[in-house]
Amino acid sequence: MVDESFLRMLAAGLGVALVAGPMGCFLVWRRMAYFGAMMSHSALLGWTLAGLLRIEPMLGVFAVGAGAAPLLLALERRGGLASDTLLAILAHGALALGLLATAILALPESNPHALIVGDMGAASAADIAAIYLVGAAIIAALVLVWRPLLASTVSDELARAEGLAPDKSRLVYMLAMAGLVAMAMKIVGVLLIVSLLMIPPAAARRFARTPEEMALGAAGIGALSVICGLIAARMWDLPSGPAIVIAALVFFAAGLLPTPMGRPWNLGRAPKNG
Amino acid sequence: MIDTPINADAPSAKAPSARAPSGSDKPLRAPAHPTKEAPATTREPLVRLSRVGVFGGGRSILEAVDLAIEPGEIVSIVGPNGAGKTTLARVVLGLIKPDEGEVVRRAGLAIGYVPQRFVIDPMLPLTVRRLLTLTRPSPQKAVERALGRVGLDAAAEVPVSALSGGELQRALIARALLAEPALLVLDEPVQGVDLAGQIALYRLIAELRESLGTAVLLISHDLHVVMAETDRVLCLAGHVCCAGTPESVCDNPEFARLFGADVAGALAVYSHRHDHTHEPDGRIVAKPASATESGDESKEERTGKAREEGARTTEDHIVARKEERGRHG
Repeated sequence: MVDESFLRMLAAGLGVALVAGPMGCFLVWRRMAYFGAMMSHSALLGWTLAGLLRIEPMLGVFAVGAGAAPLLLALERRGGLASDTLLAILAHGALALGLLATAILALPESNPHALIVGDMGAASAADIAAIYLVGAAIIAALVLVWRPLLASTVSDELARAEGLAPDKSRLVYMLAMAGLVAMAMKIVGVLLIVSLLMIPPAAARRFARTPEEMALGAAGIGALSVICGLIAARMWDLPSGPAIVIAALVFFAAGLLPTPMGRPWNLGRAPKNG
Repeated sequence: MIDTPINADAPSAKAPSARAPSGSDKPLRAPAHPTKEAPATTREPLVRLSRVGVFGGGRSILEAVDLAIEPGEIVSIVGPNGAGKTTLARVVLGLIKPDEGEVVRRAGLAIGYVPQRFVIDPMLPLTVRRLLTLTRPSPQKAVERALGRVGLDAAAEVPVSALSGGELQRALIARALLAEPALLVLDEPVQGVDLAGQIALYRLIAELRESLGTAVLLISHDLHVVMAETDRVLCLAGHVCCAGTPESVCDNPEFARLFGADVAGALAVYSHRHDHTHEPDGRIVAKPASATESGDESKEERTGKAREEGARTTEDHIVARKEERGRHG
């Protein structure tokens, strides 16, 4: 059961999950689940364009996602439409464009199914190296913008009043997200990336008391989901991507069960130092 | 040379707040002793707005507003919705650059900002400590001292979601105090706080002014209650409709014209009755008779020894105010 291909899948999956957890926390906090969808929907367009230009597909996907980020920020600043409406328009617009491009160009090497569910078994040593390289860059960027991004999530007004340039940090975050989708697309597939972005943070919320704890918890739960999902896939001969998502769902469901602890904090009733 | 004019030349590409509200990681603060750049005599205003005008959306939001905030004074801005109160606060904070007029801040002025009530997404776990260190790191001792000042001594590790409206406002005030501000700007601090909690918050603000010497700019859409410690009330309706002591504003015919004689007549200046104290969540607690008689109530409140639930929970001013509310909706 533990052969080289299994270890490769494990290494690739862990690399994606460890980055997706902390990144996904902001999608949960800012109620931007659609943002992950937009990035992954635009991946098809990037993939097709990369095929046309004969460049590395990851670069094409990143370029389209990185282009969508400032477009979204500009449209948001213009006002008039809610963020989720804009995201849905961009997401489905990009998906339609991608499907059109694929149909018109009829590229022989494009395989939409692999794009959707991913192919973890196909991860080469070079792919894995790329995942960890890009992943490290994304985490570094996230650490860099963590404070302003978090402050503007709590209160944009406050972040601005204290000179924390929230727009700049949002742009950095969006570019990091484009990078994450590009690196994860081949491995878990674009449609499953959103699950790895959303489910582990939601599962970690229950156990976290600070934003940082939740980010680390999400990385941990994502990694556990990859391990359990891959083992289950190998044992029962299941597709690895969906198995990972189901494992994450099980962790999320487990967090919904009541604990005997209850809420330890009851402000006002506890006596204050004597 | 003395002052830092922030006007048309303020850098707008960067955060316009780079100057006044402490920028980046080094908190600006008002010099404890006068420096060469700011040989600030005590009569030097912290912020001076001269003929400030702001336009937006094809209309005038603020027009020819004059306002000077002196060290240690409490200024209340009252006015109906859409009067430009929040815009005025944003001009004072340096968040927006006025289209007309001039804003002059004392060099190195640190402003503590308590924004309008906001909702924290329940998916975002945040302890009170983490809320206080949201925009800049702070040593643990400073956090605890700031919490102690607002009566939330034991609350550092409590999740923000467990706080009542009044407690959240106290935590946000503590957060603003960490910058050691010479001026506190509070935008609708009592919004969504029950009456007893409102009075406790007003009392806290007055105490902070007394113990820290902080000037306070208080914004309120509530015309009915203006805190008694307010030195000056500025009644805003796009322009300064009237200004002065709370009593003089109440009697001002312009004020009555703008808000209607019945509403203006209902403006109650809240005065303390020191026969009780308040829990941080606003619950009223009776004081021991001796404390009431000694008149040393503020100290008594801070030590928080009087904790038994008081039998007396009605207060003349609350009752009076409720009646007014009932009459005017």
